[in-house]
Amino acid sequence: MGTKIKGAILVNEERCKGCGLCVVACPHDVLTLSKKVNAKGYNFATMEHPDACVGCASCGYVCPDACISVYRTKVESSN
Amino acid sequence: MENDIFKPENLVYTKTPVLNDTPMHYCPGCSHGVVHKLVAEVVDEMGIQEDTIGIAPVGCAVFAYRYFEMDFQEAAHGRAPAVATAIKRLYPEKYVFTYQGDGDLAAIGTAETIHACNRGENILIIFINNAIYGMTGGQMAPTTLEGMKTSTCPYGRDTTINGYPLNITDLLVQLKGTRYITRQSVHNAASILKAKKALKKGFQNCMEKKGTSVIEFVSTCNSGWKMSPAKANEWMVENMFKAYPLGDLKDI
Amino acid sequence: MAEEIQLLKGNEALALAAIRSGADGYFGYPITPQSEVMETLMAVEPWKTTGMVVLQAESELSSINMVYGGAAAGKQVMTSSSSPGISLMQEGISYIAACELPCLIVNVQRGGPGLGTIQPSQSDYFQATKGGGHGDYHLIVLAPASVQEMADFTVLAFDLAFKYRNPVMMLADGLIGQMMEKVVLPEQRPRRTMEQIKEQCPWATWGKPSSRKPNIITSLELDSKDMEQNNLRLQKKYKEISDHEVRYEEFETSDAEYLLIAFGACARICQKAVEEARAQGIRLGLIRPVTLWPFPYKAIAEQANKVKGILSVEMNAGQMVEDVRLAVKGNVPVEFFGRLGGIIPTPDEIVTALKEKIIK
Repeated sequence: MGTKIKGAILVNEERCKGCGLCVVACPHDVLTLSKKVNAKGYNFATMEHPDACVGCASCGYVCPDACISVYRTKVESSN
Repeated sequence: MENDIFKPENLVYTKTPVLNDTPMHYCPGCSHGVVHKLVAEVVDEMGIQEDTIGIAPVGCAVFAYRYFEMDFQEAAHGRAPAVATAIKRLYPEKYVFTYQGDGDLAAIGTAETIHACNRGENILIIFINNAIYGMTGGQMAPTTLEGMKTSTCPYGRDTTINGYPLNITDLLVQLKGTRYITRQSVHNAASILKAKKALKKGFQNCMEKKGTSVIEFVSTCNSGWKMSPAKANEWMVENMFKAYPLGDLKDI
Repeated sequence: MAEEIQLLKGNEALALAAIRSGADGYFGYPITPQSEVMETLMAVEPWKTTGMVVLQAESELSSINMVYGGAAAGKQVMTSSSSPGISLMQEGISYIAACELPCLIVNVQRGGPGLGTIQPSQSDYFQATKGGGHGDYHLIVLAPASVQEMADFTVLAFDLAFKYRNPVMMLADGLIGQMMEKVVLPEQRPRRTMEQIKEQCPWATWGKPSSRKPNIITSLELDSKDMEQNNLRLQKKYKEISDHEVRYEEFETSDAEYLLIAFGACARICQKAVEEARAQGIRLGLIRPVTLWPFPYKAIAEQANKVKGILSVEMNAGQMVEDVRLAVKGNVPVEFFGRLGGIIPTPDEIVTALKEKIIK
C-alpha cells in the first residue's frame, strides 16, 4: 500500500470557449473537448481520462477564460 | 467516491475573485485572457486590490475594465501612459498600470510610451505584442513580422513599403527612466508561472520610485493569424520569438 | 488686513490663482502666448507648499490625457494652451466631456488658421462653443476680459466644473494673457483631503474599497440604446447648465438705441467705443457675454426689442454674430465688425463701423 497523487478538475462549462489549449497543455492526456456544446455553442473542455489526472493545474494556468478549478489530494494506492 | 476530491481543502487552482464572472469578449484561446488572469492573481496575492488603478487601451483590450474588480479608466488610443502618469503623480501611494496592445503602445502612442518611460514614471506598462491589429480585423501592426500577412499587407509585410517590425521594448531599454524591462509569454504552464513572477515584480516596482517597469507579452492572435489557438502558439514560438526573444532586458 | 494688490500678466494671474484655488495638478506644453502659465508655476514650485503637481508633458495630446487621468481620479486638474495646441487636444476634450470629468482647460487664443500668428485673436469661438471635438457635447465657456478675471474665473471655473461634472474652458486671448494689470488674487483654498475627494467624487477611480463596486471611467458604449441614454443624460445636464449658468454684463443699455455685442478683450475696447459714441450723441450700449456657452440668448433678445440695430464686434471673421442672430431672430438688423490676423480693433474703427453698417 502506497500513496498516490489524485487530481480532478471542474470546468465552468458555460464560461468555456472550447479553445482547446488545456487539452494541449495537459501532460497526461486527461482532457478532451466534449461532443456536447454549451449555450454559446462551444464544445467545452471535459475530462476524458479522469484517472490519469494528477492535479498539476497546467490546464488551469493556460486557460484564457479562467474556467478550470483544479483539485488535488493524496489517496491510498491499492496496487 | 469521485466527488470526494472536490472539497475546499483540495482546491489547488481556481479563478481569483479579482477577476469577475463577466465572460471575456476575447476570441477562444486569446492570450489576453491569460494575461488578465495573471494580473488579477498578482493583485490578489499582493493584497493591493484597493490600491490599484488600471488603464485600458483602445484595441482588443478596450473592455479590460469589465473583467477586473478594480477601479479602471479607459484611455484614448495610445494615451494610456499619459493617463497613468497623472494618476500616479497625483496618487503616489497607488499602484497604477497600463494594459496596451502593439498598435496602441508602439504606433499611435509611441510618444506617450517613450516619454512616460523616459520620465521614469513609477508605473507598470503591460504590453501585449501579437503583431497585428486584432480588434479592427487583422491589419498590420508596427510589430508585424517581415513577410507576415495581414489584411493591410495581404502579400506579407514588405519592408520597402511598410518599414521594419518595431522592437519598441529594445528601444525602451536605452532610456534612463526605465528600471525593469522583460519580455515574457503565456503559451504554456512554465512560461505562465515565469510571467507571473515578472508581473509581481512589475507591480512591486511601482512603490520603489526607481523608474518605469515594462513587461512585453509576446502573444498570439489566433483569429487574426487565422490559426487554431494551439497552432498559433506553435507559430509564435517558431517565428515571433526570433524577432522578440524572451527574457529580462533590464533589471536594475 | 487689506487685500494685496499685485501687478501681473494675465497668464501669471491664472497660474497663481490656480494654486490658490486648491488645484491638485497642472499639465501643459509650452506655446506662445501662454507659456508664462507653466513658467510661473515652475518658478513658484507649489508642490513644496500646497502639494500641487506641475508637469511639463511631451505634447498637448499628452497634457490633455493627463488631465483626463487626473480628473477621472477625482483630482482638481487643469491645462492651458493656445489655439493650435487646443486643436490638438480636441480628442481628449471630447473624451473628458463624454466621461463627465470636471477640469479646467484654458485657451489663450492666437490667430489662425494653421500655425497662424502669435498675436491675439478670438477665432476659436466656434471651436470652444460648438464642439471642437467629435460628438454632441458642450464645454462651459468663460471669457475673461481682464487680468482680474483671469484669476477670478479660475476659481469659478473649477466650482462650475465640479458642480456639473463638466469640463470648463476659459477662452482668453493673447491680449488678456500678456497684458499686465493690477489684480487681487483669490484667498488660498486648501487642497481637498482624500476624505473630501471621496465624498465629492464617489464616481472617481481612487482605488476600489471592498465596500463598493469598481468605478469605471469610460466613454465606450456599443449598445445603441444605452448610448442614446448616455447622450440624453448629457443633454439634460446641458439644459440645466443653460438654465442656471448664463452670465453676461450690460453697459449703458438702459437708454440705448444701438447695441454692441462683444466678449473678452473686444468687450473692453467696445466700452471705450460706447463712451466715444455717446460723446458724439449716439445712444450706444454694450452687452458682454461672460459665458459664451451657455450663451445669453435671452438677455440679447430682450435688449434687441428696445434698439434699432446691433453690431457684433469680434477679433475674427464673424463667429459669435451667428449666436447673436439666433437670439435676435431677425427682429432688428444685426451686423458684424471684426479684425483678423491678430489685429486689435480700435474704438474709432468700431464707432465708424457702427455708423456705416447700422446707423447708415
